Amino acid sequence: MAQPLAASLASTAAIAEAASEKSLLRFITCGSVDDGKSTLIGRLLYDTKLIFDDQLAALEKDSRKYGTTGPAIDLALLVDGLEAEREQGITIDVAYRYFATAKRTFIVADTPGHEQYTRNMATGASTAGLAVILVDARKGVLTQTKRHSFICSLLGIKNIVVAINKIDLVDYSHVVFAEIEEAYRDFAEQLDFDSITPIPMSALTGANVTTPSEDLPWYSGPTLLEHLEEVDVDTDLRLKPFRFPVQWVNRPNLNFRGFSGTLASGEVRPGDPVVVSSSGKSSRVASIVTMDGELDVAEAGDSVTITLEDEVDIARGDVLAPPTARPEVANQFSAKLIWMEEERLFPGRSYLLKLATRTVPATVTGLKHKIDVNTLDELAAKTLALNEIAEVNIETGAAIAFDPYSDNRETGAFILIDRETNATAAAGMVLHGLRRATNIHRHATSVDRAARARIKRQKAAVLWFTGLSGSGKSTIADLVEQKLAVRGQHTMLLDGDNIRHGLNKDLGFTDADRVENIRRVGEVAKLFVDAGTLVICCFISPFEAERALVRELVGEGEFVEVFVDTPLETCIARDPKGLYRRALAGEIPNFTGVSSPYERPDNAELVLATADADPDALAERVVAEMISRGLIEA
Amino acid sequence: MPSGLSTHLKRLEAESIHIIREVASEFRNPVMLYSIGKDSSVMLHLAMKAFYPSKPPFPLLHVDTTWKFREMIQFRDETARRLGINLIVHINEDGVKRGISPIASGSNVHTQVMKTESLRQALDKHGFDAAFGGARRDEEKSRAKERVFSFRTANHTWDPRNQRPELWNLYNTRVKQGESIRVFPISNWTELDVWQYVQAEDIPVVPLYFAAQRPVLERDGTLIMRDDERLPLLPGETPQMRLGRVRTLGCYPLTGAIESGAASLDDIIAEMLASTTSERQGRLIDSDEAGSMEKKKREGYF
Repeated sequence: MAQPLAASLASTAAIAEAASEKSLLRFITCGSVDDGKSTLIGRLLYDTKLIFDDQLAALEKDSRKYGTTGPAIDLALLVDGLEAEREQGITIDVAYRYFATAKRTFIVADTPGHEQYTRNMATGASTAGLAVILVDARKGVLTQTKRHSFICSLLGIKNIVVAINKIDLVDYSHVVFAEIEEAYRDFAEQLDFDSITPIPMSALTGANVTTPSEDLPWYSGPTLLEHLEEVDVDTDLRLKPFRFPVQWVNRPNLNFRGFSGTLASGEVRPGDPVVVSSSGKSSRVASIVTMDGELDVAEAGDSVTITLEDEVDIARGDVLAPPTARPEVANQFSAKLIWMEEERLFPGRSYLLKLATRTVPATVTGLKHKIDVNTLDELAAKTLALNEIAEVNIETGAAIAFDPYSDNRETGAFILIDRETNATAAAGMVLHGLRRATNIHRHATSVDRAARARIKRQKAAVLWFTGLSGSGKSTIADLVEQKLAVRGQHTMLLDGDNIRHGLNKDLGFTDADRVENIRRVGEVAKLFVDAGTLVICCFISPFEAERALVRELVGEGEFVEVFVDTPLETCIARDPKGLYRRALAGEIPNFTGVSSPYERPDNAELVLATADADPDALAERVVAEMISRGLIEA
Repeated sequence: MPSGLSTHLKRLEAESIHIIREVASEFRNPVMLYSIGKDSSVMLHLAMKAFYPSKPPFPLLHVDTTWKFREMIQFRDETARRLGINLIVHINEDGVKRGISPIASGSNVHTQVMKTESLRQALDKHGFDAAFGGARRDEEKSRAKERVFSFRTANHTWDPRNQRPELWNLYNTRVKQGESIRVFPISNWTELDVWQYVQAEDIPVVPLYFAAQRPVLERDGTLIMRDDERLPLLPGETPQMRLGRVRTLGCYPLTGAIESGAASLDDIIAEMLASTTSERQGRLIDSDEAGSMEKKKREGYF
């Protein structure tokens, strides 16, 4: 094979010089199954001579074993890395590839085209400045082409190359090319792209990928590689207002206190005035410290350590910004969300939100609509499933600093993390802050929870009974309340009967409604706790996440989870209300234990095994637990 | 910023520093795997820059198979001393007792016991919840698909089909008790980037990377540097002096040298640009079976 491209450069000095001017382009390739993405990337690597002899030998061996191109080398095998994929002949995940020419270095994210992997495409698009969207010349613009374009636009990619591939299979037809270009431009009008560049090519034969093809006399534009080398995709973060999310407080000794981080946007110089987003406190930049010496200026993308002229309280997650161009600071905002885990989104459930260097608890408070990625239609929704996209309102546990994603990709992007599984549940893009909540300041009252509880000679708390229907929750809870009444304690019992017939009579039994049911119960219980009351709650509450939500709402130490542990068979045998019989007959949908799951608590304060215990003895155990926790006097 | 870093190396440097700081900020007990090679040297240099004027707030860990070149061990100890960083050296003593060696046990068993299992032992012993590694995505196909923050179960296994999506520079660092994350701060660097950075930043590397007259044995077309007497000579075999160097560093009986006159960084970069073989070609463990690296990684190899 030919010598690597760069070897032709005469001296290393020339190489070094060329390298110092080199810029970096990150792009993503996307397309439907069999559009030839992997082949295209293989072609780019091959033509830029980044395939070495030993890799080529392995490739020839693999081509004979797995190849789909007959006697020719299957370039896609270079890219389809994982064993399993090679056997199936498909790409299953995001892969990153690296190549360089004399002008630029490139990082390519290769992402799969199948429907179920939308999340991988969004992942690849999140760091890309340009997208190469492959279209099979024989098939034209497909539903998947539209979906991929929409996701690119959602993630803020402004520059699109429409790679009209397999042009050799339509006899290099100009008419076909023109029709596809027109169809694509028609569709893309509703998306927010700056440039669309259609290029005819054949990844398989190499035509117009890196070298012009004689078979395309009607085409006078650049080859794909020429375009990638020349295209300007810099949105120029340097020109946007200065944003510095603090990553790490740097304190090697008592004499030095710096704030380490990466400039998300803008520039900063010693002497510049800055404010701390969370507190609004202001100071000036004293110095910009690096191991290579202090800097006169730092710009977007630089990782540095900043010291300030004044002692200001700053922690990880704070954002430094100019006083004249501050980010929004709020605890409510609207956003676009791409759901990325198998477990569905439920409004009201608590997640962790990470935006820049800040992580806070957050809930989706409203699902405005989901977006059909094929038609871009807005549809009503109560939950989101894997790969669904929606516009939502989000509330965070504390006010955070952000910018709209359309203004700043660095300070407008966030992820949601599932608190149970730690999975990355969603990718989000901030639309704008919601002022509503920032204007409602909590009124600090003079008589507080502790004062109200003292009058009642008790500490306020929630006793949360969870368990299957028919497990004996209500029986035990009723006995506990009787015993507390005898002791002169102030109690309130909340259960399905007094809640579902009133406050929650608008809710049904779907997973989404169950989550909302428990959220409201939690809020009511919290008000009673604020009143100094011992609140006894009896709810099946099948999901760990909602029990955790109430625990958090009420506060650690004031939430006592009592798991009434009765085997399902026993509950079915008891069936006090005849509900299991009807559920098993299919008359009641979504019945916990039968057609809807019950997640056993892992960290209940008290587990009551009811199998062969007397309810009164179990109630006594609950009272004893309350005494040992200091909630009531012995 | 320093000397003559190109825009693209500056970007790579800043990205790596961001990743390293993110780990120090969000994990309870991180560690940096230090394998003494050029990639580790670059990663360590980036860590020094990330926290300056502080020292990196985590120790280094070297998993010593007892078959490293003597020059590597000497370089390792000097580096830790020079930078004033806490270095933990872990050897799988059980493997040593069982007499595991690349010669007696073969490269597969040796790597499994003295590297993969040994690493797990060390991580468990110290309860590390995050471990930096110097792997790059351009090295090998299965690495191209690995995340920068790569989740490991409590058994240290990697599931390539169940990786967390990684968007923007927002890394999900949450793990449960016993689980951990392997972090690859130089994922996006290529071999050429590494050498150009070593040159621009004047980073010390093990002298074995530079050409010198060295005694070698030629076996099955691979040049083996006989670093000590433990590698038995075949009947009639005598080491020959050849001008050569290594392109990657590993256990000496498993690391092939290349014939080369590249005695300086300039020479190395020029040689690499002209090269027609890939970097890991000299690594015998990669090719001992098909899908070799992916299998090792699933089991917990770095």
